[in-house]
Amino acid sequence: MLDADFFRRWMTVTAESVDREAERLTALDSPIGDADHGSNLHRGFTAVTAALEKEAPGTPGGVLTLAGRQLISTVGGASGPLYGTLLRRTGKALGDAAEVSAEQLAEALRAGVDAVMTLGGAAPGDKTMIDALVPAVDALGDSFAAARTAAEEGAVATTPLQARKGRASYLGERSIGHQDPGATSAALLVAGLAEAAGE
Amino acid sequence: MSDERLVGIVLVSHSAEVAASVAALAKGLAGGGPAVPVAPAGGIEGGGLGTSAELIAAAAASVDRGAGVAVLADLGSAVLTVKALLAEGDELPEQTRLVDAPFVEGAVAAVVTAATGADLAAVESAAAEAYTYRKV
Repeated sequence: MLDADFFRRWMTVTAESVDREAERLTALDSPIGDADHGSNLHRGFTAVTAALEKEAPGTPGGVLTLAGRQLISTVGGASGPLYGTLLRRTGKALGDAAEVSAEQLAEALRAGVDAVMTLGGAAPGDKTMIDALVPAVDALGDSFAAARTAAEEGAVATTPLQARKGRASYLGERSIGHQDPGATSAALLVAGLAEAAGE
Repeated sequence: MSDERLVGIVLVSHSAEVAASVAALAKGLAGGGPAVPVAPAGGIEGGGLGTSAELIAAAAASVDRGAGVAVLADLGSAVLTVKALLAEGDELPEQTRLVDAPFVEGAVAAVVTAATGADLAAVESAAAEAYTYRKV
């Protein structure tokens, strides 16, 4: 079973990897975006870890809804409301339980991903974070490690796609040949989940 | 017509200057515009381009006179942040709506209409109608 400590660890290790990878995310966002994805997410996850230390929610749902709220407030770019909605909706789906099973997490995360697709109007193949998140949720039934692999492969598979959402969509065919920064950061989030689980 | 009844308008842009300038333009072009509560929410806190949920929530609270709040937004994250705040339920005043409208033209139409004492639905449809004014 997964408790609030597990979810805090997930957020903490994700914040560490966003810190480590911020320059790479911004570099990916430079040719097809506005070159701020790394710094935006870094600002957001720094706020997440500070809020979790200060408030220390006692349930998995509480950790994720607080984290999501921080991301919506502080990121400043589109990834804020998108990641914020992902975590908040997942947290709400987990409810007030003190511990949740891996199956419950997989189900809640699917609800979160569905909410992101509704908010952003994006579908798989649009060259967005969805291209990493949907395969990750599909693989979560097997293991956290399988989800990490699926997310990383999904992120790499965005390279030949033409962007149909967000700032990159203005570039049309010129968006082809670049790995999507949002799918790349989504893979970091899923990798954080696997790391928190020790996989 | 009492000021208490006017619909409030929030203009969310990636740029503080754009939001403030469009607010001034809309108020200036509307006959009764100066009475309409209009608040810009541009850029991120502390300066810089982007969208701030805190600035949006504060702007919406500042223009709420109990007749509803119409929010106009410019690009990607401005639209998504307003939608995410609306989905949260308790972040924005009751009767707050994201209006689907062009930013500058929609803001002028919204302020002109709000100045007449029109309700939120009328302000929303006037702003949305600005999409139909073709330029060529």
